[in-house]
Amino acid sequence: MQEEILTATNVTKRYANHTALKSVTLGVPKQSIYGLLGPNGAGKTTFIRIVNQILAMDEGTITWNGEKLSLDHIFRIGYLPEERGLYKKMKVGEQALYLSQLKGLSRSEANQRLKRWFERFDIMSWWNRKVEELSKGMQQKVQFVVTVIHEPELLIFDEPFSGFDPINVNILKEEILRLRGQGATIIFSTHNMASVEELCDHIALLNRSEKILEGRMADIKKTFRTNSYVIQYDGVKGSLRSILHPSYEVLEEVMEENLSTARIRLPQGTGPNDLIAHLLPHVTIHGFSELLPTMNEIFISKVNEYSALPR
Amino acid sequence: MNKIKLIIQREYLSRVKKRSFVVMTILGPILMAAMFVIPVYVSTRQGDVKKIAILDETGIFRDKFTDTKTILFTNATGPIATLKEQLSDSGYYAVLHIPKTEAVIPSSAIIYSNKQASVTVTGAIKNTMQKEVERLKLEASGVDPAVIDSAKTKIQLASFKIDEEGNEEKSYTEVSMVIGYVGGFLIYIFIFMYGSQVMRGVIEEKSNRIVEVILSSVKPFQLMMGKIVGIAMVGLTQFILWILLTAALVTTFTAMTGASLSEAGSAQMVMTENSRLVPSDAIPDEDEPGSDELQLVMEALHSINYGTILGFFLFFFIGGYLLYGALFAAIGAAVDNEADTQQFMLPITIPLILSIILIPYIINNPEGPLVFWASIIPITSPVAMMARIPFGVPYLDLILSVALLTLGFLLTTWIAGRIYRTGILMYGKKVTYRDLWKWVSYRG
Repeated sequence: MQEEILTATNVTKRYANHTALKSVTLGVPKQSIYGLLGPNGAGKTTFIRIVNQILAMDEGTITWNGEKLSLDHIFRIGYLPEERGLYKKMKVGEQALYLSQLKGLSRSEANQRLKRWFERFDIMSWWNRKVEELSKGMQQKVQFVVTVIHEPELLIFDEPFSGFDPINVNILKEEILRLRGQGATIIFSTHNMASVEELCDHIALLNRSEKILEGRMADIKKTFRTNSYVIQYDGVKGSLRSILHPSYEVLEEVMEENLSTARIRLPQGTGPNDLIAHLLPHVTIHGFSELLPTMNEIFISKVNEYSALPR
Repeated sequence: MNKIKLIIQREYLSRVKKRSFVVMTILGPILMAAMFVIPVYVSTRQGDVKKIAILDETGIFRDKFTDTKTILFTNATGPIATLKEQLSDSGYYAVLHIPKTEAVIPSSAIIYSNKQASVTVTGAIKNTMQKEVERLKLEASGVDPAVIDSAKTKIQLASFKIDEEGNEEKSYTEVSMVIGYVGGFLIYIFIFMYGSQVMRGVIEEKSNRIVEVILSSVKPFQLMMGKIVGIAMVGLTQFILWILLTAALVTTFTAMTGASLSEAGSAQMVMTENSRLVPSDAIPDEDEPGSDELQLVMEALHSINYGTILGFFLFFFIGGYLLYGALFAAIGAAVDNEADTQQFMLPITIPLILSIILIPYIINNPEGPLVFWASIIPITSPVAMMARIPFGVPYLDLILSVALLTLGFLLTTWIAGRIYRTGILMYGKKVTYRDLWKWVSYRG
């Protein structure tokens, strides 16, 4: 098993009227990009706030590299909350210095690091301007810089891409991958399945305060695969149905510029080679790949499955 | 604790650097100095000399009117009708007509002027005539003029307080009243001004959405206390600057005009003590106008134990501010914007306004039972006790009040801390009193 930077065991959080987390157990492997997924109100933000020690849990334990999570670890976490902003009337540089010092950096250290980051992001000329004079995109850059300024081992992003323009989303993604490359672990909480697909290697799915799925994304996709394949071939649309045995289910067939694409679900006990063997005598194959479920499909099917259960 | 220091520092510097702080700091003393300086200026203003023509048909008052700094008396002749007609062109402010009457000693006169004759003028005339008539009547009944002169007496009522051990202490009611009023009022203003700054600061952090960013580094309680303490220091800074600047302004003005503040004080004191509302310099035949009052006021001013009063002022200012500041912070955390604060403001404003309404009552009767309770209960004690202190408060009351206020602000800070930590992360919810109670009573 991969070493875990953060391990939560039976974490429970109750509010007056409802339980926000019900005995949640999960482990975040070191240097992973860990997607924390789930519909609204599933408990993602509550979990993140507990890790950041903004909220206290009622039951359970969280360990950091094997030791009990304590206030000292706060300086090793960088947190970009979903509800984020800056003091509008404060100057950018001064504010960045303040937030960096709150994260435990000395003033001179913070100053040096901020100058480096500001030059990287090309916002040095805004150092002495007030935040309210900045464009939204630039504010987001500043916000990102102060999240990572203390070079945390664990970065937590809650809905990081909401409100970012596409250019900034790209910069953010590059930076996230770069930081991971330097050894950081990243927890991602989001609804945006496309970015999960693109970035995450581990995921956990929360629904109604409970964890319903966790693991490496590749493994999860494998367990959810349906023995379906995509095939591109040279031939008339619809010809596959006449060629294949009825136990092969043709899900969809489209034709574009003389090239047809079909999605086929294979009967149990058969493999891709069987399909190819069947088709070879009849059509020219241009492409062939396994059809893995998207995270979106897994998400929806899993959540629906649990929602259908009696509470 | 290093982080609390950072927060205090930010809260302090960001406010002190604001233009509005600088403006208020400069404007405040100018207004305060104006309160002292304008009366002095008005009373010492030269140039506006009023000439008054006297037509004394009795001849009794000839040469009895003595000129003052602002009034010049001239004897006039001729029929009163002509004098009246020529009044506008003659340059006289007024014509005083003392008609001949049946009585040997007249007791009435008429003053004619274009404008309503000022109190200073009528007061001076009445005073002179009254004294002269009194003297004449006494002489007529055979009293020796020397006896009359020696009979002129001015009563000074000195009051002493005797405590339980029998020690006597001279007391000065008027000065105590002024200090009590000003002290209580200042505390009221400061609690409101800086308390609502705390509230606005919390709302700003919440609506800027920066609060969760900060809470990932510090505890909610640290953020709340840092803000409260930082703003308290802004208040103290402003207060000290005001005192220094006011003193500087008054000194400068005094040096420039040669008028002294204590003279102004004595002039005002005479006005309030003297039911005739005549400024001291309108009573011409006293040798050194206001000298006795001046002495009294100076004595009274020196009798006040400024160290003690300032010490208690600081305690009640800080205690009251902490008590209410925490509640203001809790309100700020419970709402999304300033418009929603109304419903929660009432329980805070009512005790404060009540205590300010009580001030006149307290300074008139510093020992009443209502006053006792108001100066003991922490929600009203900062203002009420401050108004009471200059009159001397039993040690037991003081200790009780100080202890209860200390407990009071610890309690409100605790309650506010619990409301704050929940409310600060709550968006888009219309909070009710029931919610607040739930947040306070929620365990953990």
